[in-house]
Amino acid sequence: MMKLSLGPILWFWSKQSVFDFYGKAAEWPVDTIYLGEAVCSRRRELKPDDWFALARDLKACGKEVVLSSQTLIESEADLRRLRRICEQNEFCVEANDQSAMQVAIGNGIPFVTGPSMNIYNVATLKVLAKRGLKGWNLPVELGRDTLAQLITGLKQEGLDLPAEVFAWGFLPLAWSSRCFTARHYNLPKDNCEFRCLQHPDGMELRSRESQELFRLNGISTLSGSRYDLMRELPEMERIGVSTVRLSPEHLGMDEVVRRFDQVRRGETPDTDPLQLVEAPPCNGYWYGKPGMDLVAKSGG
Amino acid sequence: MELVCPAGSLPALKTAVDNGANAVYFGFRDSTNARQFAGLNFNDKRAAEGIEYAHQRGARVFCAINTYPQPDGWEQWKGAVDRAAGLGVDAIILADMGLLDYAAQKHPDIPRHLSVQGSATSYEALKFYKDNFDIRRAVLPRVLSLDQVRGVAKHSPVELEVFAFGSLCIMAEGRCYLSSYLTDESPNTRGACSPAKAVRWQETPQGLESRLNDVLIDRYGPGEPAGYPTLCKGRFEVEGSLYHAIEEPVSLNTLDLLPDLQGLGIRAVKIEGRQRSPAYIADVARTWRHALDDLESRPESFTVDPGWRNTLSGLSEGGLTTLGAYHRKWK
Repeated sequence: MMKLSLGPILWFWSKQSVFDFYGKAAEWPVDTIYLGEAVCSRRRELKPDDWFALARDLKACGKEVVLSSQTLIESEADLRRLRRICEQNEFCVEANDQSAMQVAIGNGIPFVTGPSMNIYNVATLKVLAKRGLKGWNLPVELGRDTLAQLITGLKQEGLDLPAEVFAWGFLPLAWSSRCFTARHYNLPKDNCEFRCLQHPDGMELRSRESQELFRLNGISTLSGSRYDLMRELPEMERIGVSTVRLSPEHLGMDEVVRRFDQVRRGETPDTDPLQLVEAPPCNGYWYGKPGMDLVAKSGG
Repeated sequence: MELVCPAGSLPALKTAVDNGANAVYFGFRDSTNARQFAGLNFNDKRAAEGIEYAHQRGARVFCAINTYPQPDGWEQWKGAVDRAAGLGVDAIILADMGLLDYAAQKHPDIPRHLSVQGSATSYEALKFYKDNFDIRRAVLPRVLSLDQVRGVAKHSPVELEVFAFGSLCIMAEGRCYLSSYLTDESPNTRGACSPAKAVRWQETPQGLESRLNDVLIDRYGPGEPAGYPTLCKGRFEVEGSLYHAIEEPVSLNTLDLLPDLQGLGIRAVKIEGRQRSPAYIADVARTWRHALDDLESRPESFTVDPGWRNTLSGLSEGGLTTLGAYHRKWK
């Protein structure tokens, strides 16, 4: 059976909200939990020791825990935080850029790669496997055909590298040195007043025709529609996907997890998770279409 | 510092060389490079002619193969590396780790430069590429402040090249999927951002509209200059405000930073714009040649000539330029 994972929280939540969230997640039927700040260097509600403590608690609850690195590394301070998560020997690290791979390799820490790492072909996977890669995420813009070729190629090479797919949530699409939230409030990035705390699921960016295009989340831009591959789970299993990633949101996550769990067990979900939330769904990337498209299953 | 100029076509290549480029970069006429434009780029014959022209005049030629091959494109991308090697280029600009590995194994003597699409923003990332693929040079993404560039340069195991002038990419290059989210093509997959095939212009009672795969990117009032609908430079609504929520259409211009960049040991400055005309390339290359020569001859008293500034402003998007992320206050 495919594993379910909770990706790192991409939004900025208060320390209490983060603890509350994982307190509940400890009881959910997820196998793997990614912990840490993957987006913004200024988001430090939780200190490294808080994250380590949380990681140990969740591990004690039977969860596999992976520590996620920051995606855009810009400064010496960023590197210091990166080294902190690579200076332990209890947990695997999710490398979200090449700095993280370098530091993890240097410290002999097992690592997997997140969906922002550019892995588009088997040659790249082979190179990384030699350096200690233990698993990888499909870049969000790739779909089932490429994934199937990658998994087949890995088998032909005799490589056992479990594949994970981002399957539910707002897609992380871009990272910038500019903070779009601070920009919205006419604040300098260095003095942003942590306004992201007021937007626990980002700020909607709409076209002048009110189309939900993107979500602004500090220095990152996410999709305006919510990626949802629940109906594609059986296909993923056939292709050989090992883990299905759900991206945390502050409302309704328990229901989302419950339904994905039902579907991976071959049951029919009792209700439609899309009714939970107001954002439109999309699944275009999976079918090789624009990511924002919604392809009906029968047409896939 | 070396002046590295874009060559979208053979006339552009010759113009860049004639106007003082130390090196030019080009791509093949397909999706193996990150600037796939209709009618631009090189076949092997034109590339050979361009390389000969440049070499006779003491300029170097780099070949950009900086998109990310998927399994069904692997042979084509590998073939592009072999073609570049066979043509006798002075360096291959690569982003994909698999392709970097292939080039290092198969053509070890041809220098490998890490493309900006390789997204290396720290010296640890640069060490990764140096340790694993023995790259000689890296192009830094346009997301670092000058102080941050200083930090990277201090510990970098390789030569650094930075963007000096041209369109401003606001996102960390190589890790931006906004374009494929709207259109199915991105710089990584198809060498295209906001591809022309998805663009539509329409006069409406509300004004001139630009659309990308039917998404309204911007609407212009009478007489308002209209830009190409690059999706991150459109006007959008956030919390009831309508503005350029991601980025204004402006160009990067770092003339003012030249002494600083030189002081940091930056090896080369790069001009963006393989999609530009030879006339544009001529003006930009000539201006930067003057600036670099001045810097070379009197580094202590270097000042930016107002004439250079005017020339470059006239060539910029919306007539506006910015120091972009190099400027710490930029937001």
